[in-house]
Amino acid sequence: MNLNLKSLLNQLNDLEGVDPKAKAEILDLGKKLQKDVEILEFKLDRTEKVKQTTAILLEETIEELQQKSRAVEETNKKLLHSLEELKNTQNQLIQSEKMAALGELTAGIAHEIQNPLNFVNNFSEINQELVSELLELLDQQEWEEVKIVVKDIAENEDKIKHHGKRAENIVKSMLQHSRKSTGVAEVFDLNQLIDEYFRLAYHGMRAKDKSFQVKMLMHLDGSLTPIKAVKQDIGRVVLNLITNAFHAIAERGQFNKDHYEPQVEVRTKDQGDQVKVEVTDNGSGMSDQIIDKIFQPFYTTKPAGQGTGLGLSISHDIIKAHGGTIEVKSQDGLGTTFTFIIPKNQK
Amino acid sequence: MKVLVVDDERDVQVLFEQRFRKEIRNDEISFAFAFSGEEALEYLSEHGHEAVLILSDINMPGISGLELLRRIKQQFMAPPPVVMMITAYGDDENYQSAMRLGADDFLTKPLDFSILKEKLKEI
Repeated sequence: MNLNLKSLLNQLNDLEGVDPKAKAEILDLGKKLQKDVEILEFKLDRTEKVKQTTAILLEETIEELQQKSRAVEETNKKLLHSLEELKNTQNQLIQSEKMAALGELTAGIAHEIQNPLNFVNNFSEINQELVSELLELLDQQEWEEVKIVVKDIAENEDKIKHHGKRAENIVKSMLQHSRKSTGVAEVFDLNQLIDEYFRLAYHGMRAKDKSFQVKMLMHLDGSLTPIKAVKQDIGRVVLNLITNAFHAIAERGQFNKDHYEPQVEVRTKDQGDQVKVEVTDNGSGMSDQIIDKIFQPFYTTKPAGQGTGLGLSISHDIIKAHGGTIEVKSQDGLGTTFTFIIPKNQK
Repeated sequence: MKVLVVDDERDVQVLFEQRFRKEIRNDEISFAFAFSGEEALEYLSEHGHEAVLILSDINMPGISGLELLRRIKQQFMAPPPVVMMITAYGDDENYQSAMRLGADDFLTKPLDFSILKEKLKEI
């Protein structure tokens, strides 16, 4: 029994002059009180035990949570690493697609450089001859003839310079094409870029397939002033669309040789704030199912090993990054038109 | 002697006119120029037998030099004019096709004009 209660009851018991009935009642209450105290003590004890168990549980839970958070951290690191790797791989893929496109052009580039170099060599040889002729004429004091020859030499000099520049431009654009894109917009002549890539792509195809024939139509809008965009990227899109068109007519040409006049047309149109570029071929065309997938990465209709399946997907990304649109219309077996529109003044 | 030169490079005209300036001045030779296979066919249909020799590049947009050769040898006049093919790719395949289609000679770029002049003397 609770000691304080016990002493309280003892003292009460010893008190004199208290009504024995009331005393008995109080003592009875005391006993009841004692019971209550016992119950409380039991409850307290039980609560204490629960508290202890809870504390242990809590500790365990905290430890578990800490472990879990470490695991999450670890996973996060791994994910970041994977993301980094994925980005690297993506860049490598973009680069390899670029190099594949360049490889396609190699023969064309060689041809396009050889031609101007031939002119450079030929005209400088002629000028050597003309200079010795000039010396003779000077000796003979044939002034009228001298004038004519000097004029010829000057004209030939212009030709040498022109063709030297032409070769230089091709080397430059090839290097620019293989380099990583800076992503910086610059001012350039879109018509000239298209003209250059049209020829490169043509000679590239021609070098690979001697029987390749195409009527090349260029309707470049003369009123189009230089535009500001990421030149290298737009060049890739143009090149991609033209080589695709060439492949489409080559494919159709395989199946109907007679009465087929392969034709690729490139058109530019100044539309105020925007410029529209259209590449149309009368090649093999595509079914609607193919069109649906055409801009998806790794989708290719070419035999394994011949296409990366990235060309159009990259083109699509480039045009989107320029805030433009690219779309395709095609009739299976009859031809395809790709159209892209981009703002003329990229920030 | 009239020679028709077919090449899509326009400066070929200046080049030939300069390379042959003495021969042109002495009226030994004259040139006409066509800058595509289509233009060459047009010239031939208008001028008939005027050109005794046709010098054609193979690698041209539109009608290729080989196709031009085929049409000249098939469609145009008897006896057909002498046709020499010129190409930047001095490869066997082009050579074989040119010969099969009846080319009279086959030259590779860059053109050696002293060799060409020698060949012209023989015609």
